Amino acid sequence: MDKSEEAMQQVAENGKLNKDMPILSMKKLSKNYLLGEVEVHALREINLAIQEGEYIAIMGPSGSGKSTLLNMIGCLDHPSSGSYYLGGEDVSLLDDNRLSLIRGERIGFIFQSFNLINQLNVVENIEVSMYYQGIAERASFKRAKELAELVGLGERLHHRPFELSGGQQQRVAIARALANDPLIILADEPTGNLDSESGTDILVILDRLHKEGKTLISVTHDERIASHAERVIHLFDGKISKQEDQRV
Amino acid sequence: MFLFRVKRTVKLGIKSLWMHRMRSILTTLGIIFGVSSVIAMLAIGEGASKHAQEQIAKMGSQNIIIKSVKPPEDQEATGQQQSLLEYGLTYSDAERFRNSIPEVEVVVPNRILSKKVWYRNRRIDTTVIGTVPWYPELAPIELKMGRFISSVDTHYTQGICVVDEMVVDKLFVFDYPLGQDVKIGSDYYRVVGVVSPYESKSNGNNLNNGASSGQTQSQEGTNVGRIYIPLTTVRNRFGEISIQISGSSGANAERVELQEIIVKAGNIGKVLPTRDIIDTLLDRFHKKADYQITIPIALLKQAKESARIFSIVLGSIAAISLLVGGIGIMNIMLATVSERTREIGIRRALGAKKRDIMLQFLSETLLLTLIGGISGIILGVVMPLLVTHFANMPTVITVYSLVLAFGISATIGVMFGMYPAYRAANMDPIESLRHE
Ligand SMILES: Nc1ncnc2c1ncn2[C@@H]1O[C@H](COP(=O)(O)OP(=O)(O)OP(=O)(O)O)[C@@H](O)[C@H]1O
Ligand SMILES: [Mg+2]
Repeated sequence: MDKSEEAMQQVAENGKLNKDMPILSMKKLSKNYLLGEVEVHALREINLAIQEGEYIAIMGPSGSGKSTLLNMIGCLDHPSSGSYYLGGEDVSLLDDNRLSLIRGERIGFIFQSFNLINQLNVVENIEVSMYYQGIAERASFKRAKELAELVGLGERLHHRPFELSGGQQQRVAIARALANDPLIILADEPTGNLDSESGTDILVILDRLHKEGKTLISVTHDERIASHAERVIHLFDGKISKQEDQRV
Repeated sequence: MFLFRVKRTVKLGIKSLWMHRMRSILTTLGIIFGVSSVIAMLAIGEGASKHAQEQIAKMGSQNIIIKSVKPPEDQEATGQQQSLLEYGLTYSDAERFRNSIPEVEVVVPNRILSKKVWYRNRRIDTTVIGTVPWYPELAPIELKMGRFISSVDTHYTQGICVVDEMVVDKLFVFDYPLGQDVKIGSDYYRVVGVVSPYESKSNGNNLNNGASSGQTQSQEGTNVGRIYIPLTTVRNRFGEISIQISGSSGANAERVELQEIIVKAGNIGKVLPTRDIIDTLLDRFHKKADYQITIPIALLKQAKESARIFSIVLGSIAAISLLVGGIGIMNIMLATVSERTREIGIRRALGAKKRDIMLQFLSETLLLTLIGGISGIILGVVMPLLVTHFANMPTVITVYSLVLAFGISATIGVMFGMYPAYRAANMDPIESLRHE
């Protein structure tokens, strides 16, 4: 907690990057939703800093704001108040176009329900994010093929999502998340829809990505993910209730 | 870079349209029928108008046609057993036109009779026209063989005749017509020439109604072709009195000198003034309203005007059907957008800008209308051809109608594609991702 506070101070004071500077930091970040007349406080004054290469698990009961926090980190939404710095840039000030660009360049999403596009095959699904970065067709196809091989789907390049098992689909999604070589990989319950065996496959891949130096943030109920993570952030009712550093 | 985007967007569009082939086809049907009906209807309208104009132009745009008509009061009086009914145009009328109107170039007095004509053992009903040598100067007939009536024939009231090709077909069949003798009434006439038919063979179109040799229209209805005989000869041999046998009241006699006088003005500009002078002249010498004046150029104006209205009406109906097609497309695209909400969310999460989503859906709509537009043009070109072939109606496909139809369909694509695409682009990414 103290450490993140410090880091935040640094950003605020120096306004420039140094080696210890967090890859992302939030200060007093809140998110409210209006449900008719009622205001729902999904996130309340979150202070958080995450260093490059960290492996983080976010845990908490249903409705505690885990997904909301992840979406905020992924630049899918603007905070209601507070600030959010991603790589030294204040995200809360950016417009929709710029946010889209950041998502495409720096963020890789992995979802609980895989979220592949049904009318596209494996390679094409992996290519989607490169498409929006304007990467040429041949280069993007080559990269997509490599990534598919990396997650063990080199034999399934032209299969469509519904022809794949859940575990395979999630591996396609991971390949897709890696396509633009993002700064951060965000996963919302990546093993939530999988049996334990396929879940293990995913865990192994995530571990490997961590070892390669990727920053990983995963919302999870899965104790195994939590045990692999370096830091576990517990959310309760929109607030960070506890952080555990598990590094040995 | 831009082309690359367009290419991939189009590819993507084709892919998702292909995914829902049936739906795409049904959606484009509206545009296909809209576009093809615009083209077909304009082609039919254009064809009808061109045909009418040709027919009228044939009657001569410099001509003024004056016909004898039975005056209304006499028509009622036919019940009486009263002896002789006299009405209509006279030789003196023709004489007066020639002498007292300087603008007049040619005056042709005609007697028009319905007769049976014999050749060997064949007989047809035909129209006999007693006319003058200069009749071809203002009538739409062309000499095909031999010669027309000469002034010598007229002077000596020769028993000669000129037949048209329809008569040749029906009466002579395989015989060479020139020099043959045909029998009309109790006399024989030698054929000295053959001319083209007065009207085109395919249709004795009702556009001519009341404009050609109108008074005898009813008789001419079943008659085949025309036989031209010197006016003087007709006058000598058939007289001027015709007797009609009508059921209850017995015989009824009429005396009409000329059924028709055709006057040709010096130029088109003089047609209307000449018409007025003729009207005044006739009004002075005729007590009864027993004549009727027709000028083809007035008909032409009328025909053009009605063709214009026809085109507007047909065009609007077709345009409305295009509009309906467009609304159909919008409807389907809205359904598609909501069906693919999740896909939109995924794409947004993966870095798609609003503009990218907008383009994706707009291009799908445009592709649909484009495919519909092109198929519609093909169908729209084929339909008039079929109409011409089977219904024997003239059609004219104009480039302008193709451009118009295509333009409308493209506009509709953009117009009705805009809203669904806008909706898609402005969906909240998170909401879309949660959408089931
Ligand atoms: N778009 C929204 N409109 C209104 N309220 C919302 C919206 N999104 C989230 N919320 C509310 O914010 C709170 C946090 O939601 P969130 O989805 O972040 O929970 P979560 O921790 O991910 O739960 P779960 O484990 O069930 O996924 C909940 O009370 C939820 O009802
Ligand atoms: Mg959640």
